[in-house]
Amino acid sequence: MLSIKKLNVVVGDKKILNDFNIDIKEGEIHAIMGPNGTGKSTLSKVILGNKNYEVVSGDIKFDGKSILGLATDEIARLGVFVSFQNPISIEGVVNSEFLKTAINARRENAIGLFEFVKELEGKAKELDYPEELIHRGVNVGASGGERKKNEVLQMELLEPKFIILDELDSGLDIDSLKKVCEGINNYLKNHPKTGVLIITHYPRILEYIKPQFVHMMVCGKIVKTGGYDLAFEIEKKGYSDTSIIDSGENNE
Amino acid sequence: MEIKGLNEKNIKKISEIKNEEQWVLDFRLKSFELFNKQEMPDFGPKFDLDFNKVIYYKSQDQGMNTNWNKIDNNIKCEFQNLGVIDSEKYLDGIGVQYESEVIYHNMIEELVEKKVIFTSIEMAMKQYPDLVKKYFSKIVSSADNKLAALNGAVFSGGSFIYIPPNTTLDRPLQSYFRINSRGMGQFERTLIIVDDNSHLHYVEGCTAPTYTDSSLHAAVVEIYVGKNSSCRYSTIQNWAPNVLNLVTKRALVSENGVMEWIDGNIGSKATMKYPACILKGDNSSGTCITISVATKEQQQDSGARMIHIGKNTTSTIISKSIARLGGNATYRGKVDIKESAINSKAIVKCDSLILDKDSKSDAYPTNICRTPLSNLEHEATVSRISEDKLFYLMSRGISEEKATELIILGFIERFRQELPMEYAVELNQLLKRNL
Repeated sequence: MLSIKKLNVVVGDKKILNDFNIDIKEGEIHAIMGPNGTGKSTLSKVILGNKNYEVVSGDIKFDGKSILGLATDEIARLGVFVSFQNPISIEGVVNSEFLKTAINARRENAIGLFEFVKELEGKAKELDYPEELIHRGVNVGASGGERKKNEVLQMELLEPKFIILDELDSGLDIDSLKKVCEGINNYLKNHPKTGVLIITHYPRILEYIKPQFVHMMVCGKIVKTGGYDLAFEIEKKGYSDTSIIDSGENNE
Repeated sequence: MEIKGLNEKNIKKISEIKNEEQWVLDFRLKSFELFNKQEMPDFGPKFDLDFNKVIYYKSQDQGMNTNWNKIDNNIKCEFQNLGVIDSEKYLDGIGVQYESEVIYHNMIEELVEKKVIFTSIEMAMKQYPDLVKKYFSKIVSSADNKLAALNGAVFSGGSFIYIPPNTTLDRPLQSYFRINSRGMGQFERTLIIVDDNSHLHYVEGCTAPTYTDSSLHAAVVEIYVGKNSSCRYSTIQNWAPNVLNLVTKRALVSENGVMEWIDGNIGSKATMKYPACILKGDNSSGTCITISVATKEQQQDSGARMIHIGKNTTSTIISKSIARLGGNATYRGKVDIKESAINSKAIVKCDSLILDKDSKSDAYPTNICRTPLSNLEHEATVSRISEDKLFYLMSRGISEEKATELIILGFIERFRQELPMEYAVELNQLLKRNL
């Protein structure tokens, strides 16, 4: 599904990803944990072909084909979806119009208005996403939690094959987090081949969406890979404790 | 019938064709005198304009009708293709001007019963001379500027609307102006009177096909808003890129009156247009929401003027400019809160979106507040299409082109909201063609 090999990425003079490797197969859930400023969020933007980052070497393959050099929208249409850490607001671009345009970008014939509204309203209700926000500018006047719900709403409507959840729990209170994770788990149940990459600082979210693989990332590089338990070991010892890296099995 | 060139003889000929009363001819000649005394505006776009090469009058000699079937079939088809005839069902009344003359005018029976008058200015001068004389040229005088004087000398066509006291119209009245001939000038003169406690929404549309010779559109619009009354004037000009669009629009607002200009400038080679509200009555308010889109070889010089005279008056100017492919979309506006206008409030908000490095968007605001008891706010932004927004939209699979279109339409959403539904759809089509 997603395979990143020896990826080196810079912004200006600054190296952000350093010989980065990961391999995620269909139906697998991976989590990357790491301290702030370690390049976790950069990773999702690089996968989406953001032009602000320069790929110096290495490759990103999706379903066996390199996606380096593709435009962001092309990568998205292949089935890659990122739920962003801080989704921006776009004044004037009405949320429903945006969602409809995004759906239609993947279809030959435009979605019928009735079908669209039914689907949108049904999914918004499941997520407790306020209806008035559907008819407002994208994320305009929305709280952090509402923005995150909008990300998940988009995911459900666009039905991606591969999902990156970037700091999903930031800005979400516990009830909203439960609701959002319930939505994602439902989606994964109905789309069992979906690959998932969770990027997080705290392990809390991993209690709701349980990964099979946990990677610890420091300074643009995965320094340790383990199972679900690694997340809690990291929580106990902190990122700076090098004993985690030295102990146990290391897949890298 | 066609009259080309500007001189007293031609002005008299226009008056003769229209079979006008002496006072109208006198007004024309006086305006011509004032035209000769005034200089062209010393600001705004520069262009070559030879007043003697303009056709000042052209008509089909068919008179004004209330039935499309009586109108020349070619012209009828043209308006059919423009969608004008179909739009009539959304309106309470419609007037259509082709070249110099109003060829079609009709309104629903109910308004006739309410004693609403909606006709051409010439008809009104004949049928309601006292009413016309009371207001005509009182808000925009021919001494105001050279182009208003030109209009005074050669005006032809335009709407006259009178809304009697205590009358509310459920749907808009609309006029549609079309220039069809090469080198043609259109000089309509519109006078709207909304008497006390009444409400009107008036919609104006205008187009012209493209010719290589310049055409000139120099209109004057005068609006009188009575006590406790409101008037909304919505227009999108989509003149061909060879039309010089130099228009004077002004409203005088009485106590508790509300005037709203919704003004879109998409076409024309050069536009100079600054709809104004003179807030004379206490508690009166004025709004102007304007967009201008300037693309290749286009200069949109537009904005608004708000003159506060009465107490507790409020005004809002929202201007949205978009420039691309070397176009120039400039905001030029004036807010003047006079000493008498205590407890008043004015807000000016100008946003421009520049799509490439060859394009320009300037702002020339003049903001004067002559009393410490009032408040004037000015806010301006200049932006390019934000990369973050593009990236976000594209990350959902939307192409760069489509994402740009969504952002541009979003930028002028505030304007689109104010348009009647059919017009908002038409605007989208126009913008898609122009951007």
